[in-house]
Amino acid sequence: MREKGDTSNGVSERTLRCGNEALAEAAVLAGLDAYFGYPITPQNEVTAYMSKRMPEQGRVFIQSESELAAINMVFGASATGKRAMTSSSSPGISLMQEGMSYLAGAELPAVVVNVMRGGPGLGNIAPSQGDYFQATRGGGHGDYRTIVLGPSTVQELADCMPLAFDLADKYRMTVVVLADGILGQMMEPVVLQEKPRPELPPKDWALTGAQGREQNIVRSLWLKEGALEEHNYKLQAKYRQVQETEVRCEDYKIDDADIIVIAYGVAARIVRSAVNRARQEGVKAGLIRPITLWPFPHEQISRAAEEFRIFLTVEMSCGQMVEDVKLAVAGKVPVLFYGRPGGGIPTVDDVLENIRQLTLPLKRLVP
Amino acid sequence: MYDTKHEIRNTRYQLRKTNYEEVIIAGFGGQGIILAGKLLAQTAMTAGREVTYMPAYGAEVRGGTANCAVVIADEPIASPLVSRPNSLIAMNKASLNKFGGRVKPGGLLVFNSSLIDEKNLDSLDETIDILPVPADEFAVELGNQKASNMVALGAYLQKTGLFSADAAAQALPDVLARRYHKTLPVNTKALHRGAKFAKTTDSIQL
Repeated sequence: MREKGDTSNGVSERTLRCGNEALAEAAVLAGLDAYFGYPITPQNEVTAYMSKRMPEQGRVFIQSESELAAINMVFGASATGKRAMTSSSSPGISLMQEGMSYLAGAELPAVVVNVMRGGPGLGNIAPSQGDYFQATRGGGHGDYRTIVLGPSTVQELADCMPLAFDLADKYRMTVVVLADGILGQMMEPVVLQEKPRPELPPKDWALTGAQGREQNIVRSLWLKEGALEEHNYKLQAKYRQVQETEVRCEDYKIDDADIIVIAYGVAARIVRSAVNRARQEGVKAGLIRPITLWPFPHEQISRAAEEFRIFLTVEMSCGQMVEDVKLAVAGKVPVLFYGRPGGGIPTVDDVLENIRQLTLPLKRLVP
Repeated sequence: MYDTKHEIRNTRYQLRKTNYEEVIIAGFGGQGIILAGKLLAQTAMTAGREVTYMPAYGAEVRGGTANCAVVIADEPIASPLVSRPNSLIAMNKASLNKFGGRVKPGGLLVFNSSLIDEKNLDSLDETIDILPVPADEFAVELGNQKASNMVALGAYLQKTGLFSADAAAQALPDVLARRYHKTLPVNTKALHRGAKFAKTTDSIQL
């Protein structure tokens, strides 16, 4: 009999796993060479799982002395061309922002998982989506971007991991996987399998020992006049390429919708329930679910706003992604917001009631 | 709202027909609430159903209470959070007080009558099917009081007709930590004891 989690043949059957464990195993299967982390709820299962699994595989696991150390260890490991990651939750991710800016400056690939909890400050340990601004705008200094993935199921969270490593390597960027306490803690059946790695550019920039070749330098300091500006333009060109090629987005029942709800991650699951129930009541509701939060699916949302319909953004925050939705919609249709901050979770009933109220005037207009 | 028993049964039937079971299992820490939830989820997964399991963690857990929500369906599950469950398994009084009022009309309450007095049921919706299960007593009879969670789960499975006690027993080794595998026999017996009790006992209505 095979053990749970035995992936010796590259494929596992459906197993019941919490999001934290699923993402950890998926990272291992994606060829993670080194994990660095410091414990924080609600993502402790990642660190705990890695502490056992990575040494088993003869790979690197270090419980760092702080989040600052963890992100800088990622910097070091990545500079040698290895696949490196860290994971944390909101307060810990704040501590890592300096390192993430340096990673961006030095163009090093890295994967950072944020299992979001309520903030600001130490906040609480309840699920939240309050770190959208930080993730998509960058909490560190300088003109940089990170790719941000916002999965909504345990399976999608697991599937995000190989994708995150591939994107990180392809663009030499940090990829943030933005989950939350629910996704980290909930268990769902998940199939984990080793996926073939796509063809990726060789890591000829890596610090692997310069014997017999030119010296490689990994740095974020560009003091020569004009050098930093040039470096920034190079980064921006790369970011534009990411925006053109890496947008991922799902839509659900939007074709005839009078109201389109935009939500990501776990909030999108709650919205999907509300959309289904609204449809049962005869209200034409739909859902657009951005999977990449940066690059944001501006085009898809803009296209949906060509016809008159009401847009409602639902988040587990006081309204962050709604600003991107408004940018995409560019005033063409009304964009409203419903959300709860600080660990409060919108219920299906709450969202449904919002959908009902907002579509009431439509019923009066069209008898 | 519901005048006749026929209508009540009809509501119950409607709930079951949706094939969308949302259950909250609650009690105090140490009663095996989390294990019962995981076992239900594992059993559902093994049976090929869609399932989510969401434990309460953080502030909700403080003060020694534990609860989890399991959703079982035939389609991808939208929300793993359960605000209004179809069913509630309440293992202590505090859980009944906290979650009893949230059970949907026509829903099911399985409660641990070894620890909860029936006078605590007064404030419940009158359309709910109620099954008092002397879970602790049965578990003690079987030789391990800690198996009371399995008694209650067995009764719940029988009452809802979701899965057999056998199916749950077969899923047990997958969710029970290896160091507790010596308790597999007593847990299996407890599942069957609960199911047998539910089969031969009529639920009460207020």
